[in-house]
Amino acid sequence: MMRVKLPAHLRTLARVEGEVNLEVEGPVTPRAVLDALEASYPMLRGTIRDYASGQRRPYLRFFACGEDLSHESLETPLPEAVATGAEAFLIVGAIAGG
Amino acid sequence: MSGVRVLVGTRKGAFILTADGARKKWKVDGPHFGGWEIYHLKGSPADPKRLYASQSSAWFGQVVHRSNDGGKTWETAGNEFAYDGEAGTHQWYDGTPHPWEFKRVWHLEPSLNDPDTVYAGVEDAALFRSMDAGQTWQELAGLRGHGSGPHWMPGAGGLCLHTILLDPANPERIFIAISAAGAFRTEDGGKIWQPINRGLKSDYIPDPEAEVGHCVHHIARHPAQPNVLYMQKHWDVMRSENGGDEWHEVSGNLPTDFGFVIDVHAHEPDTIYVVPITSDSQHYPPDGKLRVFRSRTGGNEWEALTKGLPQKDCYVNVLRDAMAVDNLDPCGVYFGTTGGQVYGSADSGDSWTAIVRDLPAVLSVEVQTLP
Repeated sequence: MMRVKLPAHLRTLARVEGEVNLEVEGPVTPRAVLDALEASYPMLRGTIRDYASGQRRPYLRFFACGEDLSHESLETPLPEAVATGAEAFLIVGAIAGG
Repeated sequence: MSGVRVLVGTRKGAFILTADGARKKWKVDGPHFGGWEIYHLKGSPADPKRLYASQSSAWFGQVVHRSNDGGKTWETAGNEFAYDGEAGTHQWYDGTPHPWEFKRVWHLEPSLNDPDTVYAGVEDAALFRSMDAGQTWQELAGLRGHGSGPHWMPGAGGLCLHTILLDPANPERIFIAISAAGAFRTEDGGKIWQPINRGLKSDYIPDPEAEVGHCVHHIARHPAQPNVLYMQKHWDVMRSENGGDEWHEVSGNLPTDFGFVIDVHAHEPDTIYVVPITSDSQHYPPDGKLRVFRSRTGGNEWEALTKGLPQKDCYVNVLRDAMAVDNLDPCGVYFGTTGGQVYGSADSGDSWTAIVRDLPAVLSVEVQTLP
């Protein structure tokens, strides 16, 4: 079981509190995590990655284990600590005022 | 007793203002979707409890919500707006080709007779329709397929399809407006569209009388006169008597003919309202005076309505979808400002009161008249 921490607005949209726990089949990559997340919470489709391109939306970042993984390939396996649930996969809104 | 429900979209959430038919005591409910830009929300004429809301943000993109209880609770609808076929290019601000990219829903227009059918006007400009209460969306691609798309260009707010007028007498007839392309009409439910911009003159395009390229800010119409259209263009207030085939200017004695909103009295088809704004760069009322102007003659002859509105030091804007009327008698008129005020008049504009003063910047105002 792995853990995902969503920005507050997406927790509200998904009607969850705290972190989301997900079972991810196969290699735990960002794409596999997002697929599992959207399968469990379909209201999040289109809010993290663009429908047309499938890419991370530009004002969102992906962090884990103190590293910025935003610019890694969506196919790059996440650190073992994330795959095991020891560390959370963080989806973070960019600091963009507002 | 009858009442009204005013639906207000703001930069940071939606608010629902309700009152009985006297329209003196108001209840303010919100924010709904706090923190999100709510470009528009609107109720179904066929089922007033069915509302649709467009929420968007730079971070999370577009979300559509639906309510079945008049806005007490909401559920997420579909948010995939995929252009039909090759998206192509439109003009960028400097005239160079720029790829068509979906950004947000500006306007949601529920069908007049089916609560599950709703139209969406989007940026970059296109018209979508859902027939399953917003779960799935299909583009009415004939509009972009008109062929003039490569000549459309964004206004300051983006290349947005912001106005959708449905015809109560003819469900196949739809009018839309795009900034900055112009107005278009279909007579076959959205398959074939024609630009209806003859008579418009715009000095910011190479040919001021071109078929497309005009920055139309809003159009309005009274259901009893389906062929009479009113338009607030970037500059100029315009009128057409023949469904948009030809337009003529009716700015008359307005202090400035720049503005965004235009609307028609619920019971007097020739009574129209605008809020003049100083200029295309000075987006505030002339002389710091917030004035609604009313014409009872379908334009040209205008009177300033000032009672209850600030007449000094007022520098707010009133955006294109931020005025609406109710169907009560006397007709109620409502508008919202970028300063967060929502003003209402229960006497056709003769006097105004601030229903609420300190909301986030208001993007849209719609009204439902409740039984």
